[in-house]
Amino acid sequence: MKTSENCINRNYLNYVKSVCPKTKEKRSLFRAFLVGGIICSIGQAIRLIFESLLGLAGDELAAYVSMVMIFLGAFLTGLGVYDRIGKFAGGGSIVPITGFANSVVSPAMEFKTEGYVYGVASKMFIIAGPIIVFGVASSVLVGILYFIGYRIF
Amino acid sequence: MTRTIFFKNQPRIVGTSSVAGPKECAGSIKEYIQTKLENDDYGEKSFEKAESRMLYTAIKNSIINAKRKEDEIDAIVAGDLLNQITSSTFATRNFSVAYLGVYNACATFTEALTVGAMLVDGKYMNNVVCATSSHFASAERQYRYPLELGCTRPPQSQWTVTGAGSCVLSANGTGPKITCATIGKIVDYGVTDANNMGAAMAPAAADTILRHFKDTGLSPSDYDLIASGDLGALGSRILKDLVWEKGVNLEKRHVDCGELVYNLIESEFQGGSGAGCSSLVFSSYLYTKMKEKKIKRLLLVATGALLSSTSSQQGESIPGIAHAVSMEV
Repeated sequence: MKTSENCINRNYLNYVKSVCPKTKEKRSLFRAFLVGGIICSIGQAIRLIFESLLGLAGDELAAYVSMVMIFLGAFLTGLGVYDRIGKFAGGGSIVPITGFANSVVSPAMEFKTEGYVYGVASKMFIIAGPIIVFGVASSVLVGILYFIGYRIF
Repeated sequence: MTRTIFFKNQPRIVGTSSVAGPKECAGSIKEYIQTKLENDDYGEKSFEKAESRMLYTAIKNSIINAKRKEDEIDAIVAGDLLNQITSSTFATRNFSVAYLGVYNACATFTEALTVGAMLVDGKYMNNVVCATSSHFASAERQYRYPLELGCTRPPQSQWTVTGAGSCVLSANGTGPKITCATIGKIVDYGVTDANNMGAAMAPAAADTILRHFKDTGLSPSDYDLIASGDLGALGSRILKDLVWEKGVNLEKRHVDCGELVYNLIESEFQGGSGAGCSSLVFSSYLYTKMKEKKIKRLLLVATGALLSSTSSQQGESIPGIAHAVSMEV
């Protein structure tokens, strides 16, 4: 039986590689830096405002800022703006917490046609799910390492 | 081994109709499209329903354009990209006509034409409708990501056409004749990048085209136009290179429906794709030009990438296919 292993035509794949258009790396990096920087600056501005107006500090302040940024990401996704920002910015708008909000809200909107249980609720984490899984798993791992390190030294 | 079927009675394409979304209607074939949609959702609750309705409209209008009545139609051969080809099934549910559902991804249109032409040529049936559709939003949610997700597309990617095309084949009447068809075989060179379907399908297109010329004894200069389905700009270049290696020059005769359908701007990258791509371009632009005798002999080679989202997640490569249908006025 033919499988993907014995189908491979190396010459052809090398040729395809040579004619394939390349991602414009410098441009992508610049745009990501620009938009990612703007998003983080907004976050920082909100942080400063909360700090001076509400007198928040530490974890509480961080939580408030995250909440506002997540709201903004979700809101812009709902308005249909965030995907346009993403098209321009690439990684610049995926990496900040607003991108995480976008990755949860966009499938929730998309699968509304399949109903609230099997659509919205079950498809909500198809993109964010892996991020949560690996985030939790790696935090457990770091926690164990930290625990062992703490005991030894 | 026979792969080319010569139609002795030469069924005729007596009428066509096309439906397309706003983006396609802003493209280079806009004036040839019959039903132009203002919204992608076509007034329906979901994009799947919209696609189905587009296909229904195309089939219905093609029957009217062919000056046939619904009860004169013997069969509908239709297909699309969605799982279990639901768009076609739900579109034909409204007709009380025999139905054959076909699937060969984006090569479905020429597959449908071949099956339809066989039915008519064999005198089993008099009037057969061949139709396919695709919808950007419904394909995107099945194969890729939610529409509102802010991700970027790689430069080798294509844009699924929101459109449907339908044509009526008949044993009698006027219109372009289908003279022969070459059935493609699965060609897989091991391309695994689901964004690079042009590269996955080009070897299949090259194989079918070369086989067609070998079986018929024709050469590219015998055709006014050789139209590939949805290889896109990159796939077309690869196709020309592949056949050139075998001593066939397509340079002057070749056009790609996917390249034709949009005014190529950056967000579509390599051009259109999808089961509706070749049927939309054929049912609108190419058919009109054949009727006007601007194109006298046409070889339509729709190309398909036979992957599923499961197969690409399991690391399988992308099998390509291409069926060629030869027409003349």
